Amino acid sequence: MPFLEIKNIKKHFQKKKGGLFSNSFDTVKAVDGVSIQIEKGEILGLVGESGCGKSTLSKTIMQLIPPTEGEVILENDSLTTLNAEKVRKRRLDFQMIFQDPYASLNPRMTVWSTLKEAIITRHGKLNHKELENKVAILMERVGLDQKFMRKYPHEFSGGQRQRIAIARALAPEPKLIIADEPVSALDVSIQSQILNLLKDLVDELELTMLFISHDLSVVRYIADRIAVMYFGKIVETGEAESLMDNPKHEYTKQLLDSIPRISIH
Amino acid sequence: MTNQITDTEAGTSLWKDSWLRMRKNRIAVASIIVFSITCFFCFIVAWFCKDPNQVNLANKFSGPSSEHWIGTDALGRDLFSRILYGGQVSILVGLIATTVSVTIGIIYGALAGFFGGKIDSIMMRVVDTLFSIPFLMIVIVLQAVLSEWSRETSVWIVSNLNWDKGFTDRITNVLPLFFALGLLGWLTLARIVRAQVMSLKEREFVEAATSLGLTKLTVLFRHIIPNTLGPTVVYATLSVPGFIMYEATLSYLGLGVESPNSSWGILIKEGANYLETNSQLLIFPGIIFSITLFALNFLGDGLRDALDVRASKD
Amino acid sequence: MSLLEVNNLKTYFHTRNGIVRAVDGVSFSVDKGKTIGIVGESGSGKSVSCYSLLGLLPMPPAKIEDGEAIFDRSTDLLSCGEKVLRTIRGKKIGMIFQDPMTSLNPYMRIADQIIEPLCLHMKMDKEKALKEAIHALDEVGIPEPDNRINMYPHEFSGGMRQRVMIAMALITNPEILIADEPTTALDVTIQKQILDLIQTRQKELGTAVIFITHDLAVISEICEEVNIMYAGRIVEKTDTKSLFRTPKHAYTRSLLKSIPANQVKGEKLYTIPGLPPDTSQIIRGCAFRERNQIGDQNECLTNSRPEFKEIEPGHWVQNCPGCLS
Repeated sequence: MPFLEIKNIKKHFQKKKGGLFSNSFDTVKAVDGVSIQIEKGEILGLVGESGCGKSTLSKTIMQLIPPTEGEVILENDSLTTLNAEKVRKRRLDFQMIFQDPYASLNPRMTVWSTLKEAIITRHGKLNHKELENKVAILMERVGLDQKFMRKYPHEFSGGQRQRIAIARALAPEPKLIIADEPVSALDVSIQSQILNLLKDLVDELELTMLFISHDLSVVRYIADRIAVMYFGKIVETGEAESLMDNPKHEYTKQLLDSIPRISIH
Repeated sequence: MTNQITDTEAGTSLWKDSWLRMRKNRIAVASIIVFSITCFFCFIVAWFCKDPNQVNLANKFSGPSSEHWIGTDALGRDLFSRILYGGQVSILVGLIATTVSVTIGIIYGALAGFFGGKIDSIMMRVVDTLFSIPFLMIVIVLQAVLSEWSRETSVWIVSNLNWDKGFTDRITNVLPLFFALGLLGWLTLARIVRAQVMSLKEREFVEAATSLGLTKLTVLFRHIIPNTLGPTVVYATLSVPGFIMYEATLSYLGLGVESPNSSWGILIKEGANYLETNSQLLIFPGIIFSITLFALNFLGDGLRDALDVRASKD
Repeated sequence: MSLLEVNNLKTYFHTRNGIVRAVDGVSFSVDKGKTIGIVGESGSGKSVSCYSLLGLLPMPPAKIEDGEAIFDRSTDLLSCGEKVLRTIRGKKIGMIFQDPMTSLNPYMRIADQIIEPLCLHMKMDKEKALKEAIHALDEVGIPEPDNRINMYPHEFSGGMRQRVMIAMALITNPEILIADEPTTALDVTIQKQILDLIQTRQKELGTAVIFITHDLAVISEICEEVNIMYAGRIVEKTDTKSLFRTPKHAYTRSLLKSIPANQVKGEKLYTIPGLPPDTSQIIRGCAFRERNQIGDQNECLTNSRPEFKEIEPGHWVQNCPGCLS
């Protein structure tokens, strides 16, 4: 049984067309029949360009928006058919790391408050000392000095904010992490730090990860398997290295051709 | 496994940032000082002054003396203490009406913006309807309705809590005005908060909070609303002088505070009658009134500049 | 002498937290028709350098503390004054920006925006300008230009908008085009099209291009000469081939090493530890010393600023022994 199974997910948006009183709609098929399977402990890379539907897909998996059709099954639980209350309880098992490290943190909460909230939702009320400990351990795990616990997001750099966001995603001790372009907004030298961190965490904590990116070279490095998305559909899946070396679908080939390469000749 | 938690560095919140920025705005700081002094006089110094309602017809229209620092009015009442006591009412009107309207406005706007859809439509249509009714008219009607209630409350307080009747009456007499203003002044703020909530709820940190399994209301009150407070604080600060003006207008029309209570509005009305003969009766209350309004407006402007620029720092 | 020669440019920002030395002594030159690249991460000063040339920085808090930028052998852009700059900006030196969403005025039709430089700088009448504009759109590959020219920016996709920007910047046939991260916000397939377009138009018009980016691979594909910037200074400058074949400075080498495409899957990615230095503090000695793991950190200069030297013909480096070892 795969750890996470996405069965024929479709998400269609209705855009009203015509005048004020018209009843006709244009259908935007953001996600148009996507099926993916991820095994436990695997990192699946989802690659696609803007508008291909990968963000909509990730929000659907995260149960932030309901799918028009299809199922999301996590460890045998069909999240899409569970009632709202049960889904809410299950949420701690799947967390998301967002692209923009600033927008994903509440600007009016300190690192301490943000992490504390996440820890409490998993462990219930703990005494102050225990909480402080857990927060400190979490911060060190993602490479942040715990003396910055009481600082606010705007006092950190982009890379550090992303570390805070990763800590927040890990705090509820999830089993599945969806990373939506987690390094795209970061400088190259910081990117590699964060990628190493993510890889270490997946190994250490036995996490399963869906890594979404438009950058094929990053995905090639970190993912075990890659799925290529185009216009709301998956056009090719395969093991990372072999997909990059031997792309089969036209779009994958086009994508690979477009990547600028450093040529020493 | 316990870790030694070393000393943590304090953070600088966005509020603190704004406060540091505002401190550099000299007019805003001066306004805070001026308003504080005014409040000090009206609420604390006033206790030590003469009774503002003490009529002494023998001594009417007298000029400044050691007994009456600014002199007396048409009924021989001490003008200085009338101004101070009047200030109490005017300032309290501003503050209480603002508090009531801000509270209602935030909750109403936040709920409408957060839930959206039909709930939002209905809620905002109510706002639209209330908006279209002339404000002053409704206030006058509400006042009349609420004064019955306030009289009964006064009676109840005097008999059950044994407070002094004069004192209690003074308070309950003005309550209808306060609440009437407050119950209607929340409309614009509701719209402002609603717009902000609607944009904030799409932000990723809200999605992250939802992903933690927090209930919708928790997400709304813990994460979204604190981030709407910037414009709210500015609007609230600017509401205070607005309400003070409303009260003055109503009192001038004879529809606001009733005697024996006085307010700056009433003083101005009374003073206006003697503009040609004893203009000090109009000028002094007028000056204090204007200074207070200026101070509050500059303070509001300063707050807006301080909060606006970097409300979302990147 | 080159078309543009920048010597010892220093741009500091006077903020309430101190003086930020965004550009701290930068010198480079652009020859006619050539493409040079300026590479750096955020905070390196790459964008600020070029904004300084065209007077596009708010002054205060920015201030050009020193330096000269001689354009066309005659005018010093940094001291010629706003009036002269206006005759150069948009006419002799064009610029395209990173975010195609915000660099076009959403309230104006494309037509009005493209003919603006023509009417202003070339004193054309509207009809002639419109014809030129349609022709320009056609040359950048916009289909049905006579129809689309009357549309608004939001009706175009990101890639299209960037094409429009390029058309606008090149319409007056400028001598230099400054491109500030023009493809960073675009998808990889669109990026390729835009890069190809820039190269094609450049060849057709003979324009020199200053290409600012953080992406070394892009530089490799389209630039002839590269300047690597770090903490407001240029650390290495040479032709593209030499840079990738024999990089000398520790920062350049570390950057090249940390690109995921160059790494073996399964092994830990090479990282440059720490963060770029705070440019509001005075940097004594070598700016890269603290993060220098690929060279010899102990040999890095601590007291004096490394000299920018030509250690091989055409290959300039910050002469810091620790970074060169």
